[in-house]
Amino acid sequence: MSKRRSDWESRPQARFRKWYKEGFLALDNEIIDHLTRTTELPENIEDRLIAQQEEMTSRQHERTLALERLDQYNMLAWARTRGRKAISRLYVILALALGAMMIFFLLETVALMPRFGDPATPGANIVSERYITKGLEETGATNIVAGMILDYRAFDTLGESTVLFIAASAVLILLRIDRNKDGSPVQELIAAESDDRHYEPRNDRILQGSAMILTPIIFLYGIYIILNGHLSPGGGFSGGAIISAGLILYLDAFGFDKAGRFFTYKTFTWVSFFSLSFYALAKAYSFYCGANNLPSGIPLGTPGAILSGGLIMPLNIAVGMVVACTMYIFYALFRKGGL
Amino acid sequence: MTLVHNFPFFCILLCMAAGIFTSVLKPKAAKALTFVVAGTVLVLSALTLRLTLQLEEAYPFIMGHFPAPWGNEIRIGRLEALMATGFSAVLLISLLAGMWHTSNFVSEQKTNLYCIMIDLALAAVLVLIYTNDLFTVYVFIEIMTIASCALVVVRQNGHTLVATTRYMIMHLFGSGLLLLGIAMLYGITGHLLMVPLHEAVVNIVQTGEHMGPLTVVIALITAGLAIKSAMFPFHGWAPDTYAFAPPLSSAILSGIISKAYIFVLIKFFCRVIGLDVIISQQITPFLFVCGVSGMIIGSIMAISQRDIRRMIAYSSVAQIGYIYLGLGIGTKAGVEAALFQMLVHAAVKSVLFLSTYELVNVSGDHKHFRYLHGAGYRNVPAGIVFTIAAMSMVGIPFTGGFIVKLNLAISGIAIGGWVRALVLIALALSTLLNSVYFLHTVVSIYRRPAQELDYPKPEKTLPVVAVALFTSVLLIIYLGIGSEPILRVIETGLKTFS
Amino acid sequence: MWQLLYENLEQTVAVILFGIGFSILLLQRNLIRKIIGLNIMDTAVYLFLASMGYISGRKAPIVVDGVTQTTAYINPIPAGLVLTGIVVSVSFTGIMLALTIRLYRRYHTLDIDEIAMLARGEDA
Repeated sequence: MSKRRSDWESRPQARFRKWYKEGFLALDNEIIDHLTRTTELPENIEDRLIAQQEEMTSRQHERTLALERLDQYNMLAWARTRGRKAISRLYVILALALGAMMIFFLLETVALMPRFGDPATPGANIVSERYITKGLEETGATNIVAGMILDYRAFDTLGESTVLFIAASAVLILLRIDRNKDGSPVQELIAAESDDRHYEPRNDRILQGSAMILTPIIFLYGIYIILNGHLSPGGGFSGGAIISAGLILYLDAFGFDKAGRFFTYKTFTWVSFFSLSFYALAKAYSFYCGANNLPSGIPLGTPGAILSGGLIMPLNIAVGMVVACTMYIFYALFRKGGL
Repeated sequence: MTLVHNFPFFCILLCMAAGIFTSVLKPKAAKALTFVVAGTVLVLSALTLRLTLQLEEAYPFIMGHFPAPWGNEIRIGRLEALMATGFSAVLLISLLAGMWHTSNFVSEQKTNLYCIMIDLALAAVLVLIYTNDLFTVYVFIEIMTIASCALVVVRQNGHTLVATTRYMIMHLFGSGLLLLGIAMLYGITGHLLMVPLHEAVVNIVQTGEHMGPLTVVIALITAGLAIKSAMFPFHGWAPDTYAFAPPLSSAILSGIISKAYIFVLIKFFCRVIGLDVIISQQITPFLFVCGVSGMIIGSIMAISQRDIRRMIAYSSVAQIGYIYLGLGIGTKAGVEAALFQMLVHAAVKSVLFLSTYELVNVSGDHKHFRYLHGAGYRNVPAGIVFTIAAMSMVGIPFTGGFIVKLNLAISGIAIGGWVRALVLIALALSTLLNSVYFLHTVVSIYRRPAQELDYPKPEKTLPVVAVALFTSVLLIIYLGIGSEPILRVIETGLKTFS
Repeated sequence: MWQLLYENLEQTVAVILFGIGFSILLLQRNLIRKIIGLNIMDTAVYLFLASMGYISGRKAPIVVDGVTQTTAYINPIPAGLVLTGIVVSVSFTGIMLALTIRLYRRYHTLDIDEIAMLARGEDA
């Protein structure tokens, strides 16, 4: 009976009525309550120190949570006054109207855009014509898209790799936990370490076994995609993402200790430093030659061979390494704020 | 093509390489490298400006082996070189005046990352000034957005986290609109380089085919860039961001980065679409209204603030309003006044943020006006510099702000009709409001405190900080007295710009 | 108009998705949902771009057997632009998630309004 009742309560109309009466907060509080109801304590605590640490943090958590509940209660009491509800409802209606208006205008526009699949679209002009007809001969790459982004429009792609680099740096600013001056870990780092122990594998045979088999295959596949970037679909970005998937799988299966043997923070800095400086220098040389009408002297090779396409393959490798490192460090930082 | 022709390219490359190189340096070396980069970029840009003053036309610089419709290129003219010189000068002065305090906001292990952000932000600003390719604009706008977000959040407290989240969300809207606009423009023209784009746009306007999508594209890109540059109704993210970021970051963000977005918008209007089409599509009245309301409402909000940094942040919203007013007038003279305002505001606003930090620092880190009484005596150089910068904001003669208001008034009068009346009324009203809040601030920093509050002993102001602040005062006064050559460069530069 | 929209079905779907993503980014107060909205919005633009490059009856732009006629391949430019755009949106998603983690650790909630209220009470 109670199940039915809860079914009835979660019907859209009922939810809408509830929302209308109490605003968003009521619904969200339900979700929060549901999520915070069951808090499991970790089992198999081997280290006494860590157990103490955890007890301390959990007590702190409880205290801050209680204080925040009180604060929130006070604030929610204020937030539930009629005026604020009306404003929030007005905002919702205005936002919906804006979204609907936008879709409407964009649909009007789409109706006037060039037809889908039309051979005479404005896009099929001299620009794409030269990329297709001369691309092979001018860049040496069978994959016209790779030739385009790494040779014709290489400056954009340099910017794009910089976007990844700067994003990794920004995430480092946000999430990396500093150490003390003498290199000893700060309290926050110890807390994060102990927190991360819930995610560390406890010698899971299935996970480790499959990671043992899969990781090399994933790496090989990623390397293949990168090296063949100028011949077939793929390239640095996709290959790098695949390699980073392999790295993350290894990390999840074997833990930070084992992954730290070959990938530390230093590895990240130096690998991205070398790949990006190689990229920037190589492209700077080619831009400089191009703008000053000097021959660059880089052989293009026979089209279709693995060693062809001039700078495209080395650039793909550099991009691939940057992408792999960046994705891996994103994951490591999200998990515990460091490697 | 001589070596000097390559200098803008070297500037861009130097900034990016420095950003990459900084990641493996020690914190002290990273700071030093940032100074070196800013100084070198200033020198190289000044040399480029000298070269372009001798040339009649702007020249393109091909990024790669393939010319205009196929490969990326940058385009170097007087206006671009002037802007690059101005912005790098402002950046160098801000670094000299603000870099010494970063250790109060940035932990030592993150100093490197902070320097990376400054270098790459400068690189992105330079690329946005010089580039001639619409998609490069998108990519580097994203670099600039991420860099500015990191510049704010590097000071890690709850306020900056919340401010950064708002900043990011607003900028994501802006990026989405911009990207959709660029995609649509590519769909109806088939080009990404600005010169062939302009030809295609002229063709569209003549034949009338795809005219509807073109209007939507203009609206989307204008809206995207307006959100990113804190134009009045979209300014919600600005005050918190500027108020809680480290002072050096606030100076860079409001002084340089928000101007780069507007420069891109001007480039889009003048070079890609053409001002006449913009006017015939009724975009300028919209910008005009937003500019006027920003000038007035921003000033009113600034008056109601009790925190000095929030007050300056709101006055920034008002000053951005002046730029959009100039654009909204829609004549060449209006655009020139807007460009001049960009330079003046970059110089003034950065020095305001930095001298405010000095004043707050000698008042026990309190930002409210009642604690600032007598701060002008406790730190004499910062007080003087703040006063002169405030005079420029109000528009006292012999400062840059006066010339801006004069030029805006002249370009408004030339139009006649209701625009003339509205421009004059808006300028008068906003000058009045500006003087209300800046007079209030100046009076309160020079007022003897009622009772001797026991302020903790502040750090000593380094002589180099005082020198940097006074240099930027000289810059402001130069913009007020010797504005004639700069205005001429802007005028002739705008002719070869499109 | 319906006929025209149907002919441009990919672009129609793309702009509707764009509007949906835009509204989610605007409406939802939960940060994770906002990030999802951002991703929907960006992906819609990529769909839009990709649909612009397609020309019916032609193949992906990878030279096979040395055929380099324009009539053989679709327009490669949108594909390159989408590639660049994807990387940018991945970076943005990463930074937004990092911000969310920091905010959640500090305030134990994901609701942006509540977070703003809690932050307002702190000292500047």
